[in-house]
Amino acid sequence: MPELPPLPTISQLVFTGFALFTCASALGVVLARNLFHGALALVATLFGVAGLYVMLEAEFLAVSQVLVYVGAIATLITFAIMLTRSMMYGKTSPLNRQWGKTGLFAVMIFLALYGFVGSIPWADSAPAVLADESMIAALGVEFVTNYVVAFEVMGLLLLVALVGAVMLARDNN
Amino acid sequence: MLSQYAFILIMAAIALVLPLAAIILGHILGPRRPDAVKNAVYESGVETIGDTWVQFRAQYYLIGLVFVVFDVEAIFLFPIAIAYSQLSLFAVFATIFFIVLLVIGLLYDWRKGALEWQ
Amino acid sequence: MQGSTWSDGIVGLLTGLGLPDMLALGIAYGIGAFILVNFGMVSALLLIWITRKAISRMQDRLGPNRLGPYGLFQTVADAAKLISKEIITPSQSDFLAYNAAPILSVFGVLILLAVVPFAPGLVGMDLNVGVLFVVALGSIGVMAALMAGWGSNNKYALLAGFRVVAQLLSYEIPMVLSILTVVLVTGTMSFGRITEFQSLTIGGFNLGIGWLGIMMPAAMLIFFISSLAEAELTPFDLLEAESELIAGFHIEYSGMKFAMFFLAQFVNAWVLSALMAVLFLGGWQGPGVGLPVIGPILGLGYFFIKSYAIYVLQQWVRGTFPRIRIDQMMYFAWKVLVPASVALIVVQAIVQKLPVPDPVIYAFIFLANIGVIWVVVTALQRYIKSATMGTKRSFEPAGLIGTMQKADTYAMY
Repeated sequence: MPELPPLPTISQLVFTGFALFTCASALGVVLARNLFHGALALVATLFGVAGLYVMLEAEFLAVSQVLVYVGAIATLITFAIMLTRSMMYGKTSPLNRQWGKTGLFAVMIFLALYGFVGSIPWADSAPAVLADESMIAALGVEFVTNYVVAFEVMGLLLLVALVGAVMLARDNN
Repeated sequence: MLSQYAFILIMAAIALVLPLAAIILGHILGPRRPDAVKNAVYESGVETIGDTWVQFRAQYYLIGLVFVVFDVEAIFLFPIAIAYSQLSLFAVFATIFFIVLLVIGLLYDWRKGALEWQ
Repeated sequence: MQGSTWSDGIVGLLTGLGLPDMLALGIAYGIGAFILVNFGMVSALLLIWITRKAISRMQDRLGPNRLGPYGLFQTVADAAKLISKEIITPSQSDFLAYNAAPILSVFGVLILLAVVPFAPGLVGMDLNVGVLFVVALGSIGVMAALMAGWGSNNKYALLAGFRVVAQLLSYEIPMVLSILTVVLVTGTMSFGRITEFQSLTIGGFNLGIGWLGIMMPAAMLIFFISSLAEAELTPFDLLEAESELIAGFHIEYSGMKFAMFFLAQFVNAWVLSALMAVLFLGGWQGPGVGLPVIGPILGLGYFFIKSYAIYVLQQWVRGTFPRIRIDQMMYFAWKVLVPASVALIVVQAIVQKLPVPDPVIYAFIFLANIGVIWVVVTALQRYIKSATMGTKRSFEPAGLIGTMQKADTYAMY
């Protein structure tokens, strides 16, 4: 008698649910005819990704995702949409002249990622991690010890962003 | 840890369903007599003039940009703050340098008047 | 210890009945979450009553006093009225954004109750990233305001939506940074452990008055001011300024949908007071919380006293202050609160690494806080003096116009 595959566990089901939700809302971003709806779908996508992070026991990453991407970046994108009159209320087509090339590019990226993911010998089970605050603390220590250069470059990048913001304001005035 | 977030997920579901139920209840219990004047958009008692689209000030976008920068800064500082008692003096110096970079940015924006409401 | 304690009893009971573990946990969580969400929605009635009573006393009125003792059931009657009102949907409104906004706005507030520690062992879920969870999910309110403003196809609503975003984003930064000062001292982001940190045990008896607000008054003040702005209360109520924007982003909403925005606003104000109580005033800490049996009950009492006291304080400010202009709002966030909180963090980062015992460090932090308050107040005084001089010189007789306007948000009360 052939052995049946094991029933999915609840967490697998929830993970699948989040993954489907993310994909569906990502499709919504691309297909929405109204750009504001597209932005809302983007927020949903970002929440879905945060949910996936939680399922992978990366709670700090999940919260950062929501804080930075939903709270800040998505709002900024919405602002950018609202800066233009036609984009805000008009209906746009999800297709433009470039869609053929872009589609080809997207498929190529997908195949490359697929091959890349498939070629990695994933361990069957990850070593048990202590999912408490010491994980986040360890992350903090890494920022300012092993990855201190990257960390400071990050700070420099943020500084450049602040300076760039002023340039932008001056252009508009 | 996952069981903790199971609670959050359940709570999220309930917190979405209850307001929805309240609004649906309002739809059921309330009267429903729409007419063109009642459904018209309110605009100081006169008929709406032109589009809803109002001139969007670039200032709002600028606030958004500055906010993103400081949000990212804060999110980086939180793990460091948790691990603060374990940090060496060098690490503390690196952290303060990071903050100082941002302060320079803030001062630059201040001097250039980007933080003023024009 | 990761698990919570309130659910253990229910889980034990259910597994005793022969249910599988997962199902028992799910049911227990469902019950707990249901109670919490309902607590949030029902407490809005009480909060609205408190607001109306407090504001009317400040304006030398009686406030609601007919229905029930002290007019307590007035808000229940109002809720019943709102539920039986017609829900008017303006023409050309966007179905998705218009209808999702009120639900999301309530959702973004109610979900925060999940991490608020009410008493020892009585917290929905003590997440490791608790404080960031609150800040992160607070952004749902921003999206909801934007959706409401955009979706209702109304100029005023859209304008108010923009303003909401500008204000909430600006004041989120000082709020996050003042929370960061707490995390820097306590070394944890979980509300449970932050509360436990604020005990003061002398001779084996937990006095529970090691409140961080005593040590960090400046950080507490920054948090309080930002929480006023985040709750859209009067000095910062330019988002719904009735004389300019009529009611803000929810002008086109009626009946239950309006009630949802209203509810979200009041519960949000209370949640922010509760968070301030937890972060700076010890949450459920107080004399005698370490005692067996009676301790948790005392803790629950302390928590509610503190959170409602701060809520009343918010209403006091609301009943006293005039509304500020949008440029003043921006100025205050970016040029006063953000530099002050950054200064606090830098000083704290240095002080906490000094090779001296903890009490000395705490004393230094206290001095730094006092210093920051002094510098800010002096600078502001100088600025206000120069600003008023400027206005008076430019147009003398009209110089008082604008200062005489009072917030008229209470026309409805």
